[in-house]
Amino acid sequence: MKILAANRLTDGVAVWLGEDDVWVEDISQARVVRDKEGEESLLRTGEVAFQRNEVVDAELVDVEVVDGAIRPLRLRERIRAAGPTIHPEIGKQALKRAVTLV
Amino acid sequence: MYRYDEFDHAFVKARVAQFRDQVERRLSGEITEAQFKPLRLMNGVYLQLHSYMLRIAIPYGTLAPRQMRMLAHIARTYDKGYGHFTTRQNLQFHWPALKDVPEILEHLASVEMHCIQTSGNCVRNITADHLAGAAADEVADPRPYAEILRQWSSLHPEFSFLPRKFKIAVTGAERDRAAIQIYDIGLHLKKDAAGRLGFAVYVGGGLGRTPILAKKIRDFLPEEDLLAYVTAILRVYNLYGRRDNKWKARIKILVHETGAEELRSQVEHEFAGIKKGGELKLPEADIRAIQAYFAPPALEPRPEGDAAVAKAAAEDPGFAAWISRNLHTHKNPDYACVTISLKGIGEVPGDISADQMEAVADIAERFAFSEIRVSHEQNLVLPHVARADLKQVYDRLVKIGLATANAGLVTDIIACPGLDYCALANARSIPVAQQIATRFADPVRQEEIGELKIKISGCINACGHHHVGHIGILGVEKKGSELYQVTLGGSGDENAALGEIIGRGFGPDEIVDAVETIIETYLSHRLDKSETFLAAYRRLGPAPFKEALYGSEAKAA
Ligand code: SF4
Repeated sequence: MKILAANRLTDGVAVWLGEDDVWVEDISQARVVRDKEGEESLLRTGEVAFQRNEVVDAELVDVEVVDGAIRPLRLRERIRAAGPTIHPEIGKQALKRAVTLV
Repeated sequence: MYRYDEFDHAFVKARVAQFRDQVERRLSGEITEAQFKPLRLMNGVYLQLHSYMLRIAIPYGTLAPRQMRMLAHIARTYDKGYGHFTTRQNLQFHWPALKDVPEILEHLASVEMHCIQTSGNCVRNITADHLAGAAADEVADPRPYAEILRQWSSLHPEFSFLPRKFKIAVTGAERDRAAIQIYDIGLHLKKDAAGRLGFAVYVGGGLGRTPILAKKIRDFLPEEDLLAYVTAILRVYNLYGRRDNKWKARIKILVHETGAEELRSQVEHEFAGIKKGGELKLPEADIRAIQAYFAPPALEPRPEGDAAVAKAAAEDPGFAAWISRNLHTHKNPDYACVTISLKGIGEVPGDISADQMEAVADIAERFAFSEIRVSHEQNLVLPHVARADLKQVYDRLVKIGLATANAGLVTDIIACPGLDYCALANARSIPVAQQIATRFADPVRQEEIGELKIKISGCINACGHHHVGHIGILGVEKKGSELYQVTLGGSGDENAALGEIIGRGFGPDEIVDAVETIIETYLSHRLDKSETFLAAYRRLGPAPFKEALYGSEAKAA
């Protein structure tokens, strides 16, 4: 399973491609794809957004879905989704969104 | 300290205007990311995990209170209220928005600061001994030469596209506090038998994937030849340095592959040619003019200091502990150099809040002749404080949580930003530092252990200098998890050494125990308290540490 992560051009904030091709700041709203076709569709949309100067560094991220919540497999991506582990008061985790960092 | 002249002001201002235009064009889509990326990097703007990162140059680690206040203002207005001092004596903001960067640069320019050459394959910010101009053991202040090199290397047309980045460090004392042997060029300012100033020149040091200590290629270079000689080194590097492989492009690889002797003769040959032309000879008057900017403050006699310190220390054990750890001997016996530890137990090494920045600026203005230094060990230093004022400085530092008495001890840990921020990281560094500091929080235990430098990097790029830590910790990623490799016996001073990998790595839940085992092994094997960890390791070698860490597994191996 994969999602598409990127950084927003204007402020660098980590975003994910959500439903209806909208970039979301909350990983729980990312669109999860399960096959090659889905991945290609994510990448195509990412490329268009890159060309439109909306995001940079778009890349696919491996995830699993645990109890309905999206959880990236790599710690790097989990930290990106939550914020620095050393500052729970800063970043997306501070917004009390559905982000679980294990 | 150095003040910008008209030319400097105009240059930095023009650069801000240029970058403002570039950012606007990028945001409007007029230029592509591929076109923009090298431009943003030239202005210190990186992209990390959560956001952009802005790296601000602090030349030779010298800061004025007005600059510190501006950093506080930027932290509050454009970032998340704090900044991070690095092992390169720079400051990083981890959360700026790209659209705000031109405005931030404008603010920085107003206090004579910038981010130029904090990235890219050029000569980077020049670092120096953080006690420059103050330490009792110094031959001369190295900063005027660092400033001369800064001016010479800024936008140097010949050296703006080197095979790879290039770092220079300068020290003016026998005791190397600037870690010059891990730099592309290390300069040791000293006097010859006739009393003339000049440099021992080291070349080809560097950490990262291939750690190598620099080789001395000149015993004594007269000061007036500084630019000619450094130009000769860079020319040889520019010509022969590898451009085919990023991992082999630093000058350390060239020195290694060419051989120090051969490289030395190439440099000397180039140097002889440059000297003949004569145009790079530093005029005596120019050196003295730059030196004048770094003239020591007028230090009034303050003989009452010793009695005041003795009285305060008798009354306040916290103060007594702090002065025994965080002071360094000043040239003037009425004064001291003060280390402000940015390593409070459980805090993030090198981090400082906007409020703390402002308070330090106030203290520096009132008690330290308006001078602040950043050390490569991620602490701050007030280089000139009257001993009579130490208690007042200490009391103010206590109020802002910056009076931890641990300079040089086990909890004074260097840690790079690691996976909490850095896009290149494999593992986290900061939480490991926090956990080790918490484990060894007891001041009595810290004192018992004595001098010990732990350095942690979150990837092989080694920004946390782990190779030269007495105990070095390198974070790697193994099967999707963090793993920490330990090296022992490294040192970044005048007796520099690279640490040796002690064995298999440790998981995040094991690493603090492993460090404790190493330290306990040292304590049980040392001859007496005067034998430091490093001295004991050099005497004992790795065997007892391996045995303690891996037991029978070590014997079998
Ligand atoms: S050592 Fe690696 S993880 Fe740490 S700051 Fe440098 S590049 Fe990032």
